[in-house]
Amino acid sequence: MDFVDYYKTLGIDKDASADGIKKAYRKMARKYHPDVNPNDKEANKKFQQINEANEVLSDPEKRKKYDQYGENWKHADQYDQARQQQQQRGSGGFGGFGGFGGSNFGGSEYTYSSGDEGNFSDFFESLFGNAGRRKSQAKYRGQDYNAELQLSLTEAYTTHKKTLTINGKNVRITIPAGVENGQVIKLKGYGSPGANNGPNGDLLITFIIKNETNLKREGNNLFKNEDLDLYTAVLGGEKTIDTLSGKIKLKVTPETQNGTKVRLKGKGFPVYKKEDQFGDLYITWNIKLPVNLTQRQKELFTELSKLSS
Amino acid sequence: MENDELIPAKDFCIYHNIEYSFISSLQNSGLISITSVEKTSFISTDEIQKLEKFVRLHYDLDINLEGIEAINHLLEKIEDMQKEILQLRNRVMD
Repeated sequence: MDFVDYYKTLGIDKDASADGIKKAYRKMARKYHPDVNPNDKEANKKFQQINEANEVLSDPEKRKKYDQYGENWKHADQYDQARQQQQQRGSGGFGGFGGFGGSNFGGSEYTYSSGDEGNFSDFFESLFGNAGRRKSQAKYRGQDYNAELQLSLTEAYTTHKKTLTINGKNVRITIPAGVENGQVIKLKGYGSPGANNGPNGDLLITFIIKNETNLKREGNNLFKNEDLDLYTAVLGGEKTIDTLSGKIKLKVTPETQNGTKVRLKGKGFPVYKKEDQFGDLYITWNIKLPVNLTQRQKELFTELSKLSS
Repeated sequence: MENDELIPAKDFCIYHNIEYSFISSLQNSGLISITSVEKTSFISTDEIQKLEKFVRLHYDLDINLEGIEAINHLLEKIEDMQKEILQLRNRVMD
């Protein structure tokens, strides 16, 4: 158990007035309050220390006893003896040492929860016992937890369930189809527990979507470049295309030009939380010219060339 | 369209033991929005979390309205920057 210098914690002199303590506490609390330091564990810890110091020093009776205890700090043996006597009697606080009655300070608790506890130092508990804690009316909302979830584009295409382990707890969530990269889903109340009956924090899940396909996604629309052989482009025909919902057969109109875009209505990405609504799929034809022509093919192309000129 | 859940501002004030004038001044400065139905003011549940934070800043830390506005603005900027960092980190990892 380390001695905690509450005066030092608040940055004040031992002879500071009640008003001076209040001012110092306000100043420090503004700097380290969890509301102005979101997700900052260090600030949170510091805020708890400041609270603890203020808890003691702002109460004249507690302050007086703290000052006495401080003076006797070096008499560790005496302190241990007093504690042993007190433990044997089974009561809280320092019953046998300088009048530190465990029930002197009315009793309950003032906390700010950050999810990882120990809101008061061992020193405070030894000094004032569990019963020495006071309850403030302030209710604090628990901290939010942030998590990232990576999905492939194919996974994001369908609604599915996933189990995440967050702070040792298994959280099973349903991920609606159409979720976007960087989108955040808030699970209310799945964060750190609140303090003094305050509400729990939330769990914020950020989705990171990795595109493993040759499709490009823009909102709910998908874009794909598809190779098409010259003969099908000229004469027309059919081409089978892979999409996220399976293979589809597409008719190719004769004399299709290179770069022609075809829109397939409703074959794009699902619209988030809109059942049976999909974006469009745009196919851009990339016409491939034949290579390694045979003598016969060359002759036919020459003939074609003569015909067209 | 999703439905908004509204709670009477009066109930919020009683629960937190605060005066309605504080909520009204937050609304006037654009920090929160209040829905009025006839003569009764309601707070959307989406606003509660933000409003509770403002209540703590004002009543626990003695920060005035101008201070709350400045803090809120800076916290929003921090949040945006944290999101940007996350996106950039993702891009680097890709």
